[in-house]
Amino acid sequence: MNRVVSAGVVEIELPLRDEVIARLEMGEMCHLSGVIYTARDAAHKRMVEALELQEALPFDVQGEVVYYVGPTPPKPGAVIGSAGPTTSGRMDVYTPRILEAGLKGMIGKAGRSRPVVDAIVKYGCVYFAAVGGTAALLSRSIKKVEMIAYEDLGTEAIRKLWVERFPAVVAIDCHGNNIFEEGFKEYAAE
Amino acid sequence: MRVIDVAEVTAKIRDMAIESNYNVDPEYLAQIESAKASESSPLGRNILNQITENAELASAERVPYCQDTGLSVVFADVGQDVHFTGGSLESAINEGVRQGYRDGYLRGSVVNDPLRRENTKDNTPAVIHYRVVPGDHFVLYFAAKGTGSENMSMARMLKPSDGREGILRTVVEHVFESGGNPCPPILLGIGLGGSIEKAAQIAKWSLFRPLGRPNPDLLVADLEQDILKAVNRTGVGPMGMGGDTTCVAVHIETYPCHIGALPICINVECHAHRHAELEF
Repeated sequence: MNRVVSAGVVEIELPLRDEVIARLEMGEMCHLSGVIYTARDAAHKRMVEALELQEALPFDVQGEVVYYVGPTPPKPGAVIGSAGPTTSGRMDVYTPRILEAGLKGMIGKAGRSRPVVDAIVKYGCVYFAAVGGTAALLSRSIKKVEMIAYEDLGTEAIRKLWVERFPAVVAIDCHGNNIFEEGFKEYAAE
Repeated sequence: MRVIDVAEVTAKIRDMAIESNYNVDPEYLAQIESAKASESSPLGRNILNQITENAELASAERVPYCQDTGLSVVFADVGQDVHFTGGSLESAINEGVRQGYRDGYLRGSVVNDPLRRENTKDNTPAVIHYRVVPGDHFVLYFAAKGTGSENMSMARMLKPSDGREGILRTVVEHVFESGGNPCPPILLGIGLGGSIEKAAQIAKWSLFRPLGRPNPDLLVADLEQDILKAVNRTGVGPMGMGGDTTCVAVHIETYPCHIGALPICINVECHAHRHAELEF
């Protein structure tokens, strides 16, 4: 199978395929290209409520990637405003249910709870970390935006994004290796 | 007595909101730049590079550095000989926030009520702290405080017997447990003493100090340095993914306290360090 690694960076075409996820390892730098969907706190709450009521989700999450982001308003002529990752931990309470529904990847920042790591392993998913605060830089990788659902939520609405070479690190791989549990060890002084 | 028209306050707050969100503290960026040489994690260096590249882009293109353009926090030092005309000072500050967030294409990140949680869409109201000072000075301090770091802040009532060692241990454990959540490399603002709310207020105020300037009390400055060294030995590193660069500076402010108390508040600041001050 194809696995393109250029200058130490894994080039990934979305949607994620299981065989691609299987080879991703904690700590690998990646570029993601293709379609991703935005969702943060309020959208997650609504999606999980919809799942509990057995209603359709605003988009088919099967095999897709969600980006935890609430962008700034676009300036005139811009595709999107600044769009960096928000803290993923706030989504932890909702995430296992959405992974169970078929979501394969997440992009956010910082650590995840034990139940989320367990669900990542159980459903063969991957969690990417982008660099928090680098919202101007990351918005450059976003080429097209379409409003999908929950427009009333404003910045928290669900948007479909077309991204090119969006930079992110494999933070938790499908084996449960977690950079937020392992990364500090090499650099901590006794 | 000095007379100030509040319309002037609105105009200045508007500009501070926009400029601080496009141009974060250059001294903070200088610290990150110099940390690149000492950071031993390759991923950590890569992250520091992305941070400085982002800063250059945000300034050059006049766009927000971070999509979380923050809660507006204002300290207003008001001379007791100043008289404001043209309306309410508080309304004028909020109007400045409203105009700045609208005109600067900044994100409205404030909900009207902690339970109802409806976005006010214009980032108002600001959190405002007034301090009455002698004379006819009027100084406004503005911060756009990101919530990834604000959420990692904490207050605790230590015991006097916990002392210096207890303070040091509390801060180091807290930074370690916070991991990548507050977007390291961080700045630590620490309030020691007073009461629970005084500790929180001076912790916030310490973030307005020029970056890395030590507390003038040598005993406190020494503790600042010891905390800085200790948190940079945790290995948390840039964005919590491991490395040597966890914290760029520690600012401690103190206040007298009760014989039975040792209040501490840790207000964590992210690398999107956005603040401005203006003397009228």
